[in-house]
Amino acid sequence: MTQYKMHLLVCGGTSCGASESEQLFQNLKNEIIEKGLENEVQVITTGCFGFCEKGPIIKVLPDNTFYTQVKPEDATEIIAEHVIKGRRVNRLLYINPETKEAVSDSKHMGFYRKQLRIALRNCGFIDPENIEEYIARDGYAAIAKCLTEMTPAQVIEEMKKSGLRGRGGGGFPTGLKWEITSKSQADQKYVVCNADEGDPGAFMDRSILEGDPHSVIEAMAICGYCIGATKGVVYIRAEYPLAVERLKIAMKQASEYGLLGTHIFGTEFSFEIDIRYGAGAFVCGEETALIHSMEGFRGEPTIKPPFPSVSGYLGKPTNVNNVETFANVPVIINKGADWFASIGSEKSKGTKVFALAGKINNVGLIEVPMGTTLRDIIFEIGGGIKDGKKFKAVQTGGPSGGCLTEKHLDIAIDFDSLTAAGSMMGSGGMIVMDEDDCMVSIAKFYLDFTVEESCGKCAPCRIGNKRLNEMLEKICAGKGTMEDLDLLRNLSYVIKDTSLCGLGQTSPNPVLSTMENFYHEYLAHIVDKKCPSGQCKALLQYVIDEENCVGCTACARNCPVNAIAGERKGMHIIDQSTCIKCGACLEKCKFNAVFIK
Amino acid sequence: MSLRERSETPESMVQIRVAMATCGIASGAKIVMDYMINELDKRNIPAIVTQTGCMGYCYAEPTIEVTRPGHQPLVFGFVDSKKADQIIEKYIKNGELLDGIIPVNYENIEGK
Repeated sequence: MTQYKMHLLVCGGTSCGASESEQLFQNLKNEIIEKGLENEVQVITTGCFGFCEKGPIIKVLPDNTFYTQVKPEDATEIIAEHVIKGRRVNRLLYINPETKEAVSDSKHMGFYRKQLRIALRNCGFIDPENIEEYIARDGYAAIAKCLTEMTPAQVIEEMKKSGLRGRGGGGFPTGLKWEITSKSQADQKYVVCNADEGDPGAFMDRSILEGDPHSVIEAMAICGYCIGATKGVVYIRAEYPLAVERLKIAMKQASEYGLLGTHIFGTEFSFEIDIRYGAGAFVCGEETALIHSMEGFRGEPTIKPPFPSVSGYLGKPTNVNNVETFANVPVIINKGADWFASIGSEKSKGTKVFALAGKINNVGLIEVPMGTTLRDIIFEIGGGIKDGKKFKAVQTGGPSGGCLTEKHLDIAIDFDSLTAAGSMMGSGGMIVMDEDDCMVSIAKFYLDFTVEESCGKCAPCRIGNKRLNEMLEKICAGKGTMEDLDLLRNLSYVIKDTSLCGLGQTSPNPVLSTMENFYHEYLAHIVDKKCPSGQCKALLQYVIDEENCVGCTACARNCPVNAIAGERKGMHIIDQSTCIKCGACLEKCKFNAVFIK
Repeated sequence: MSLRERSETPESMVQIRVAMATCGIASGAKIVMDYMINELDKRNIPAIVTQTGCMGYCYAEPTIEVTRPGHQPLVFGFVDSKKADQIIEKYIKNGELLDGIIPVNYENIEGK
């Protein structure tokens, strides 16, 4: 049996792989065998450390030494010095950019601070179906503190001081919302948790409910205490069966422990929670539509005012907050508003959870302090673009947001900076696009979504978005004109200005931002009748190269529409009017004679 | 079922957490969890296997976290039954590391 005394962890992430980590790994292994240490030292590859800028990376256990930018030829020195003599190789240690000092212990390195998990603090740590695990991590301590030590006004003051803003997308100050609702007079008020997460590619709310449902329950009760509500409702989409199940288990356990129900912690405060299911309409994430849907009516928005804080669910004052917003609340109470306000940027405090999706290596859920740059998120934590391709754009804010490009990568992102850059925070979905993505098609993809999801109540959104979509279809088909571009822009502004709710007011954003940042791609589609990324099928042409074609007939035999003509051992030609652009010829040709023009 | 019983001294046992959010389950976490429970039982290794939520490493699902008594927790990605078997034989029994460990790249609120 081998008992290794030392481990060398070599980053095997894609980015580090590109900077020769494989060779480094091999060299380390060879060196260890040469020195006869194979039974004492083990070399393994790991997943991405999220610090790709300084790759390849080696971490040495048990002493936690962290080497950055290690070259394959450094292997000999690391083994001879560190492993055998126990002396760190100083020149390979990470240099703290601020203090200019070498940092040897990975625990004191700045990059660990790139991600800070507040809302996700328990996700992946506790068993979500076991309330005791939540309690063991300070669970229900915040509600206890509120009920026994603080007045509702003090809690609201604390929330206001924390600077927490609504994480569902709007960014409205949470403390202020609670205060407004608390001032409304009524015999009954409601706390509503908006778990109708509908952005394509966003799954942070689902993960919180699946991984840490008690934090949401606790926060809803705290909110109830503040605004004077004894009833809470979670509006959750029925497409999230596991989240629903775990939430139900959590509610049952909380009731059994006396943390929901009457006289919580022996006080006069009572609170209970109910669940309402949404059928998965995007518009029901808008709070007035959500409330109508909860009441059993059509999920259609109404004009504000009256705001839900005055007249909401069943006509009573209602406070609607998003799942992630609630998940932050217990921590703010436990650790204090000042602690929370010390994290983040000037006007956006705390952290934000992002769901990384698209052409990015480390697809997943991350949580970073507000003010982190897109570059850090995409190229460090996210591990860069898949298959070594070039970054083109990132869509933030889902169908309501816009795309940001290379020039936006160093913006410190928060609610305001994203809006200023022509996009928005939204609920935190981030879809990364590479050089192969056609931006006109991307705009069309989002428009397809909004056309489908428009509730149809107001004309600008119902008809306008449909017309926008038709124009984009026309452009993708190579039939667009320059007039279409003007019309596209003008109509977009009309829809934004005249739509009833947030859905219509933001739906043209993907069109406007792609036109702003990728105007040349629109021009290429319209003027040159070409799709630069080769995505728009109608604009492709498959052609056979005269020099490479040997006349093997493979393409002609595999063409489903018999569009390829040519004699055996003679040059073949594709009839463009018959070709359906299926790509079968390209796939079958062994001589690289078929190419896309 | 000795494995999932709550222990008075969980620190003295190997603790395994399986990320069981929708994404994890969709990529086979349930199978891995069952496998872990059965195999640890068969091989007479006292351990606690529990489910947990999403760890955030969606690209490497199914993911599991293994804590050996007295050691830092380690996260393994892309765990199927074969990998789970290696984790039991190599890491849990011998403390031998395996390729594909996912390094912790975030801070939690305790540190703050």
